[in-house]
Amino acid sequence: MTFGNFLQQNWPELLTLLRQHLWLVFISTLIAVAIGIPTGILLTRKQSLRGPVLGVANVMQTIPSLALFGFLIPLPFIGGIGARTAIVALVLYALMPIMRNTVTGILGVDRNVREAAVAMGMTDRQILWQVELPLAMKVILTGVRVATVIAVGVTTIAAEVGAGGLGVYILRGLRQYDNNLLLAGAVPAALMALTADFSLGLLEQRFSVDTKIASRRRMVVNRIFLGAIGLIALVGAYGAWSASRPDPRSAAGAGRVVVASKDFTESGLLAEIVAQMLEARGVVVERKFELGGNLPHDALVAGQIDLYPEYTGTAYTAILKHPPITDPRVVYEQVKTEYAEKFKLAVSEPLGFENTFAILVRGADARRLGLKTISDVAPHARAWRAGFGQDFMSRADGYPGFSKAYGLKFAGQPREMNLSLTYIALSTGQVDLIAGNSTEGRIAALDLVQLEDDRRYFPPYEAVYLVRPTALTAVPTLAEVLKKLAGAISTDEMRQLNYEVDANKRGQAEVVREWIKSKGF
Amino acid sequence: MPEVADNPLVEFDDVSFTHPGSASPVISLLNFSVQRGEILVLLGESGCGKTTTLKLVNRLLLPTAGKVTVEGRTTTAWDSIALRRRTGYVIQDGGLFPHFTVAKNVGLVPALEKWDQPKIKRRVDELLSMVGLEPNVFADRYPRELSGGQRQRVGVARALAAEPPLLLLDEPFGALDPLTRASLQTQFAAITKQLNKTAILVTHDVREALMLGSRIGLMHEGKLLLLETPEDFLKSKESRALAYLETLKLPAKAHERSREERP
Repeated sequence: MTFGNFLQQNWPELLTLLRQHLWLVFISTLIAVAIGIPTGILLTRKQSLRGPVLGVANVMQTIPSLALFGFLIPLPFIGGIGARTAIVALVLYALMPIMRNTVTGILGVDRNVREAAVAMGMTDRQILWQVELPLAMKVILTGVRVATVIAVGVTTIAAEVGAGGLGVYILRGLRQYDNNLLLAGAVPAALMALTADFSLGLLEQRFSVDTKIASRRRMVVNRIFLGAIGLIALVGAYGAWSASRPDPRSAAGAGRVVVASKDFTESGLLAEIVAQMLEARGVVVERKFELGGNLPHDALVAGQIDLYPEYTGTAYTAILKHPPITDPRVVYEQVKTEYAEKFKLAVSEPLGFENTFAILVRGADARRLGLKTISDVAPHARAWRAGFGQDFMSRADGYPGFSKAYGLKFAGQPREMNLSLTYIALSTGQVDLIAGNSTEGRIAALDLVQLEDDRRYFPPYEAVYLVRPTALTAVPTLAEVLKKLAGAISTDEMRQLNYEVDANKRGQAEVVREWIKSKGF
Repeated sequence: MPEVADNPLVEFDDVSFTHPGSASPVISLLNFSVQRGEILVLLGESGCGKTTTLKLVNRLLLPTAGKVTVEGRTTTAWDSIALRRRTGYVIQDGGLFPHFTVAKNVGLVPALEKWDQPKIKRRVDELLSMVGLEPNVFADRYPRELSGGQRQRVGVARALAAEPPLLLLDEPFGALDPLTRASLQTQFAAITKQLNKTAILVTHDVREALMLGSRIGLMHEGKLLLLETPEDFLKSKESRALAYLETLKLPAKAHERSREERP
């Protein structure tokens, strides 16, 4: 599909994401300005506060954005899933440059000028408004410009906490290795950053005395300029207005279910299945898809979402922190009991398929070297490069235990990268072995071969839904739907669904709709 | 008695000033008064306390001991804003607001005092003409577009704008080249005479002191060594006064020295 075709087909969605992005940037910069400039002014008056406040703001800015989102999720009032969390994080980021530049700008006003102002009998307020702020405005606006450009960038990460925006396309594009999606997310974001940079740069210039001198005789330029600023304000306001309109889907009160997913295709598909089945039965569904890392778990425990798809092995090792074991039944029962005790959460019946780590090599290598099991790799490993997703590198049942169990030593430290990209890296020969997902649709398409876990190292990863019991009682339809889905999805089916989305680039909703129809649900 | 009769505009009474946290005073036990219509020049080298003395007059600083009286009221009793608006202040290089036009700079204090616009404009035009700047040419310029001498003229015009009874000038001509300085000094002398202004002027240039001062106060290490008319200053036998007078002959000496150094 060409980029042009893609845009034609996805134009309405792109516009929505663009509007969300604009709104997040606009509102968070606005709030940061409203807080940052007065605070900056205060800091120029209270020297003792300056160090500590700027220090805290500085530290705030060094927190990686995804980590900051993570910290915010469980907090009451400011945290949660969605736009609010994103705005809080964006404001925290934008605050520093605005505050610092306000302080620098005001303190940078020529001593002689300030002294003259005092000696002329100007009050503190008059000095601030007539002398300090106008002279510092250029520097302050530089701060606002930097903050806005940062906000445009960080907002792409806000998609990880379900705040929407162009990051949705970027994350999806990374996952599906789809350049159209990447471009559709990245290009508008870059253009937005450039536009913000340019227009705020113009505004900045207006406060320079040189411009005043030059434009004294050129009123036309002034008009054009004011027009441009007006237009930008208008676009921002429109974005704000349209984004703040209530989403018609979440208008209903009782009987609403918030369905979430992790940030990979299969999780999205499983969540979409529940969502569509609920909607078909008249239940209002709110989707909080594509949440990064352990955010869905935190959000579920905090009551911000009602349900998300999970794997028993992940719950057992990553959440409950047990050492990996291999009996699927034991793992499932243990997870069910402990989730009820520790988190007051319910676990659905298994959906019928496992998505375990699949150790993959190129088909050509497997055939040439006669590789069948992971143990067969050991003699070749020293000359091989491995590439693993972040998840696999860090979890208890991941790389450290895996390499020890099979006595594998690779050439150098494994490359740690986005899981979705490892498939491409393997098929294009940039790495020689990866740990993919057994239900990955592209395994066959890319001629990759899964090696057998002959030492039974990986724990079972049965797919289940984790649910808040309150949602089950409030919406009886939900329990009914989950019951229908028990044992309903085979590994082959799951692989096919993933393939439709990842390799054939079809819409998730459409693929799920067809599947539900074919199953007669 | 004479004290009632001469009614000074500014009076220093045993005034000392020490910066907070500092052990040594910047000025100590200063006593002098400035009569209406006179120009008192405080002469001294950098750090002798002459600028501090000036700042004590318009309450940019408050004395740590003694009292400063302006128009019969101590500076502590004055509202600082009201006092400063009755005191024109000129500093080196003008201290003009770079983002204000010349007209707006000059009209600053009248605007703060809420004069109406036509009156401010008339006053600005009048002052610019008085300091030798054609209003039609200069009113809309920004300080950056002016030469050093022109900026200083605007600085003086701004200080005079609201017709303050008292002018304070801190090395107003210090940053100018000698020719511009001389011309501005002459003009300033004419203006103050014409307006019968009272002024305190701080300088390290003895030539300027002799030219502009009705009395010269020689300061050293925070103390007033002597306070004389220019005529008496020229006859003074005080060693620092002699040293200053010596500088007037410096060009001749430098000439001699350069000849001695030649092999």
